[in-house]
Amino acid sequence: MPELSNLVESLAPSGIRRFFDIVASMKDVVSLGVGEPDFVTPWAFREAAIYSIERGQTQYTSNYGLLELRKLIGAHIDSLYGVSYDPESEILVTVGVSEGMDIAMRSILNPGDEVIVPEPCYVSYKPCVQLAGGKVIGIETRAETQFVPTMQQLTEAVTPRTKAILFGYPSNPTGGTLTLAQAQEMVNFAVEHDLYIISDEIYDRLTYEGKHVCIASLPGARERTILLNGFSKAYAMTGWRLGYACAPEGILSAMLKIHAYTIMCAPTAAQKAAIEALKSGEPAVKDMVGHYNRRRRLIVAGLNEIGLECHMPNGAFYAFPSIKSTGLTSEEFAERLLFEEQVAVIPGTAFGIGGEGHVRCSYATAIDKIEVALNRIGRFVRNNSLVSTTR
Amino acid sequence: MDEILTILEQDARTSIESLSRMTGRTMDDVRQAVADYESSGIIKNYKTVIDWPKAGSTRVFAFIDVKVAPARDVGFDDVAERIYRFPEVHSVWLVSGDYDLRVVVEGDNVQQVGLFVAQKLSTIDRVQATSTHFLLKRYKEDRTGFVDEGEDPRLIVSP
Repeated sequence: MPELSNLVESLAPSGIRRFFDIVASMKDVVSLGVGEPDFVTPWAFREAAIYSIERGQTQYTSNYGLLELRKLIGAHIDSLYGVSYDPESEILVTVGVSEGMDIAMRSILNPGDEVIVPEPCYVSYKPCVQLAGGKVIGIETRAETQFVPTMQQLTEAVTPRTKAILFGYPSNPTGGTLTLAQAQEMVNFAVEHDLYIISDEIYDRLTYEGKHVCIASLPGARERTILLNGFSKAYAMTGWRLGYACAPEGILSAMLKIHAYTIMCAPTAAQKAAIEALKSGEPAVKDMVGHYNRRRRLIVAGLNEIGLECHMPNGAFYAFPSIKSTGLTSEEFAERLLFEEQVAVIPGTAFGIGGEGHVRCSYATAIDKIEVALNRIGRFVRNNSLVSTTR
Repeated sequence: MDEILTILEQDARTSIESLSRMTGRTMDDVRQAVADYESSGIIKNYKTVIDWPKAGSTRVFAFIDVKVAPARDVGFDDVAERIYRFPEVHSVWLVSGDYDLRVVVEGDNVQQVGLFVAQKLSTIDRVQATSTHFLLKRYKEDRTGFVDEGEDPRLIVSP
């Protein structure tokens, strides 16, 4: 057989995939490894999709997505963040942020162009850059700076080939968020070096203290920013695969070209559910955020008591404790915890450089399961005399 | 609204320690707040939602709509009180619509509930009519679903 794509073969396999295979073979596992809400999509959204299917609304929509949905998305972003996009030409409904990320990269990159990516980061950022022919310039961020890159790090990463900076705050896996000042610094940096900004804000509504800063709303940002968001996290709609991209018309029409040839349009029933989500979903969002917030405080207090130092994450639904005090690597910690106590966490190394010494613990899980997991992690650490605490 | 109430409404067994962690408040602060809610009657009691048929119980429940002639000064209150003092009565609400009071009654069997309505409820002064509906199956009660939703369908590990 002829050889496969060299580019694809050069991609590193997902660190989570390997871990998944081990976990799937085990019994009675309490998983803190799940990157999606434990809530089922609120019934009103599901019912809206069912109704649309019953009425036979099973055809393609516009490549952009349903205009009604785009108008609602535009109004939603405007009311939350005071930045406006034209629903006719600046908003594209995508198959999740995943597709939005892919077509954003393919729209802006030429072979060899460089993209700055603060790490640890979501697993698909780097492959998306590489698949689009770009080169990733990773920046290792640290807990001490809330996993936000410093201006010095950013400046050192720039070369004449740098085309864009790609980041997602609130962050999966760290839970870190940007302050207004930090966000403006990133924007200023992009303006100074004339870079595109690709901002994945899928966890925007899951911000616990203070307000989420929408990058595109900052002075100087809108004209160079591709804003990616969607319905998976805030509305508990992961399996519907529905997201959206907002960008100035020039950029968006390039993205639309790829989208039209490869996807045609996002699934119609999912778009109907999303319309209902934007119309009536606010109480459900607030209720779910309340649950996540209580779990966040519970898990962070528990991890710190065990002796695993954990900064208070301000967004998303992940705690990213340091396990350096145990003397184990992230992978050793995660594997031994799984085999000895049947608790699944994700090694920080699955999320790139800077992930070593940390594990990702998702708290998108019922309180009683989090408490069981904390008890088991505590026993694991104590039984192996992994940390010395004063407790 | 205080988060403590939200948490306890969902799980009355949540310990003071967990409440403290979940709200970020000190244990003493939480303990005091719960005691205040209890003594002021904001927290009425702590109860358990039980699927009685699943536990083997054959007790029956009925919803009884009661039409009452209101009286000067007291409205429906005196009749409602006469009704809610019976231990068979679970709940009494004043409601809008064709009937005035909606009463939930529990009994060992259909006959016992029927007799209660005929002999005790209908005979109260100013009760003009009743309409009895026996509960056949619970689907959801106090926000708790009674239909098994099955295992967590999510992938056990995902990015």
